[in-house]
This record gives sequence, structure tokens and C-alpha cells, in this order.
Amino acid sequence: MNAADLTAWIRRAAELVTADAERLTALDAAIGDGDHGHNLARGLTAAADALAELPADASPQQVLSTAGRVLVSKTGGASGALYGMALRRAGTALKVDEIDARWLGAALREALAGIRNLGKAEEGDKTMVDAFAKAVAAYDAARHRGTDLAGAARAAASAAEEGAQATVPMQARKGRASYLGPRSIGHLDPGAASTALIFRALADVTGGEG
Amino acid sequence: MRKLINDPAEVVADALRGLAAAHPELRVDADAGIVVRRDAPRPGKVGLVSGGGSGHEPLHVGFVGPGMLDAACPGEVFTSPVPDQITAATTAVDGGAGVLHIVKNYTGDVLNFELAAELAADEDVEVAAVLVDDDVAVHDSTHTAGRRGTGGTVFVEKIAGALAEEGADLAKVAAVGREVNERTRSFGVALSPCTVPTAGRPTFELGPDEMELGIGIHGEPGRERVPAGTATEIVAAALEAIDADMPLRGERLLVLVNGMGGTPLIEQYVAFGAVSAWLADHGAVVARSLVGGYVTSLEMAGVMVSVCRLTPELTRLWDAPVQTPALRWGR
Repeated sequence: MNAADLTAWIRRAAELVTADAERLTALDAAIGDGDHGHNLARGLTAAADALAELPADASPQQVLSTAGRVLVSKTGGASGALYGMALRRAGTALKVDEIDARWLGAALREALAGIRNLGKAEEGDKTMVDAFAKAVAAYDAARHRGTDLAGAARAAASAAEEGAQATVPMQARKGRASYLGPRSIGHLDPGAASTALIFRALADVTGGEG
Repeated sequence: MRKLINDPAEVVADALRGLAAAHPELRVDADAGIVVRRDAPRPGKVGLVSGGGSGHEPLHVGFVGPGMLDAACPGEVFTSPVPDQITAATTAVDGGAGVLHIVKNYTGDVLNFELAAELAADEDVEVAAVLVDDDVAVHDSTHTAGRRGTGGTVFVEKIAGALAEEGADLAKVAAVGREVNERTRSFGVALSPCTVPTAGRPTFELGPDEMELGIGIHGEPGRERVPAGTATEIVAAALEAIDADMPLRGERLLVLVNGMGGTPLIEQYVAFGAVSAWLADHGAVVARSLVGGYVTSLEMAGVMVSVCRLTPELTRLWDAPVQTPALRWGR
């Protein structure tokens, strides 16, 4: 995996989130304020467009820090700040041009740390952390079993989806859904849902056939 | 709901262009999303910057001017502004005495203002922040993101703005902002939802005989859905929630009955009459009052009641001259 693959990842994430923007926005309308899908689609598309302008020899670190900076400045809301900081932190962890499974794991752990640090959410709070943490744990577990990068990314994508679905019975303790108290139970968290799409995009660009 | 717009994606920028045309006393950058009072930065004066999602007008852009905010940064509808925007507004109003950020307690606003304050510090601008969390509808702060910033934001911006205009330093302006927030409580009731232009459908469904108690200002549902009541019953529910949290008996109050956007002024005055009667019955005095849509949620119907326990100094600062698009008196 190299800088071009990372650029492809962000582009694929923009495509998936744009295609699902209505669903994400509907999820957000149920327990938030109904803007998540459109905002994130706008932010990721702007990030992908900015990456297309980078020089061909841009490093993985430059790709992710550029994507993160654009996401912070174009998305708005909590999700823009959180995903943007996550990508910037992931970028700083990538000090090589050719990313193997171990380097990608380090970058994903750093991204999760960035989200936790800024958003102060833990697993079980019904946020993107529920999907993100499951994905990172599954990635690491797969890698320790000797699975290659593509296989670990697929494991992460499945775990992110499971982590997102697991938010349905939770009562939100962070973010705008927390204002609803028990009424937040029974709804899929939109941030966890978008995290699942971002990991699916990663699996799509690294995996090829499953 | 039919909307008077050109393009859902351009609503905020189009509205800012309209604001600029109507108010030449403001400097408006519609593309960057920044509204600054024309004479900023004023040397030696603490700059006041606030911002948040659009759709709450006149908050915050309508409160930019002498005696209140130096700049506002509106985000997309119901979406916090981004750090670049806030940082640009902050540096634009820094007259060397530092800048106060007035931030409503929503996760997105808090995160983006924090990132902006770090960026401003890199440019050697001293920044302090006041977090507004006046909404009593959110109960248990350890299990939530904390109370929301709602109608009381108007009080914080007006009173801190008045003190900054007198030349007080950053610590004092921040302190009075926090004092107002601590002495203020709000509670809102929705009679209908609202529709975000890019979403195109209402944020929640409400039956003809239902209302939402304890709403925020982003079209989010409230803490409880109950059968619709009379104005007197609605106001009593709001004031009982406030009084349970901050006893009002014996206090001299600044009272805002705030229309949420879709409730006409005549009904807001019906509500204010009920508020006034309830407070008289409960031994509190309405010392200052404000009625109108100041912190709205697009076309949501309903009202929010905000009360601040005044002191002589806070009363003086509330009465001080202000000259903004939405609040102006004393000059």
C-alpha cells in the first residue's frame, strides 16, 4: 500500500458516503440534527479533490495530513473535527512510503487515539468510537494471526459494521444524541455508520477479491 | 414546507450576501462565512467572537456591532463553523487585548472552537472561552454531553459585550460572561419540527395534538413528548423546570420569551403574559424583558423561556447601549 492507495481510499470513502448520504442523514435526524450524511459527503469529496491536486511524489504522510486538514475545514460539526484529526494523526504515524500491514495498523491505532482524545468518548457511549475501536481491534487480531493487509482490512470492515450495529440498543452518552436520554435507544448511531463506510472503503481499495 | 430559497446548498452564503446588503455597517465575507463589525479591530478592546450553526438567526450574525459581538462565524445550517473560519474571525478582531470566544455547549461547536483557539495561539492571539450551557432540559450531565447552550446566549453576548465596550480586560469580560451563564436557565417547547434545507424533510414528526418538551435549538426532539397544552400550561411547564433547578423566588429577573421561528409574535406575547403572571405568583420580579425570535430553529413553532437572576451590575450592563441588526437601544 502506498500514497496512491491512500488517495484511492479517501476517494472511495467519498463515493460510499455520498451514495449513502440520505441514509446517514436520516439516521442523524432520528437522534441528532439531520445533517451528518450531507456534511461528511461534502467534506470527503473536498478532501479527495484536494488529493488529486497533490504532486505525484507526495508521501503517505502528506496525503493523510492534507485529507485531514481539508476534512476539518470543509465538513463542520463534530464529525469533521474528529475524522480530520484522526487522519492527521494517522498521517504523522506513517513515516514510510511503502505501507505494510504493520504500518497501517499503527496508523489506524493513532487515528483512534486522535478521536478518543478530542471527543472524549469511550466504547459504549454510542458514537463512532464503537465502530472504530472494534475495527482497529479486529485489524490487529487478524494481523497477529498472520493475515495480510488486505485480509486484515476486510476483518476491520466487518468489525466496524458489527460495531455500528451494536450501537442500536445503546443509550447515547456523548454527542447530540445524548440529550435524548433513553429515547436514543433503538437507533443506529450515524457516526458509527459512517465509520463503517470508511472502513469498507479501505477494504475495497486494498482487497480486490474477498 | 415550501422554502424561500434559491439553492439548498447556497442558503447560508445567499443569506450572508443579503445581510451585507442590508447592513453596510458590517463587513461580511459570504464565502468565508465571517461577519465583522466595521471598525474592528479596536485597539485595546477585547474582541468578542461567537458562532455556531446557521438557522438560529438573528443569533449570532444579528448580534454583531457596538456593545455586543465583534465578529460571528456562521456554519452551515445547524452545523458548527470550522476552525479556519473561527481563527480568521479571531485574528480580525484582535486589538491586542485578546479575544473572548462565546461557545454554546454542543460537541461540534466545542471541538471546532478548541481547535481554532490553538491555531490563534500560534498567531500570538490570547483567547479565552465562555461555554454557555443554560438549558435545564438536559438532566444528568455525567450521562450526556452536558447542558446545551440556548436562549441564554443572548444574555451572555449582550452583557459581556457591554463590559468589553467599556474597556475591561479579557479576564473580567470572560468572568462576567461566565457569571451570566451561571445565573441563567432556559427551557424550550416545540409545537412543530423544522426542515433543514439540504435534508428537505422535517427533523422529526409531531402529531397535531402533541408537543415536545425540553427541546434544543437544532430541530432535535426534546426530552419528552406530551399532549399539547394551552400557553399557560406550556409556560408553567417551562418555568417549573427552571425553578426546580434554580429557585426564582425573591429574584429580580431578566426574562426572554423567545420565539423558535414559526410562532407569531402575538402568541409570544400571550406566552409572556403567562410568564409574568406565573412569576408574580411565585414571588419573582420581572426587572427587564425581551420578547421575540432571537435564537430560532428555522421555522420551528414553539417558545423558549430564558431567565437570568440579575444583579445591579448585570442590569447596568444589560441597559448599556447596543447597536446591532437585531438588538439596538441606548444611542
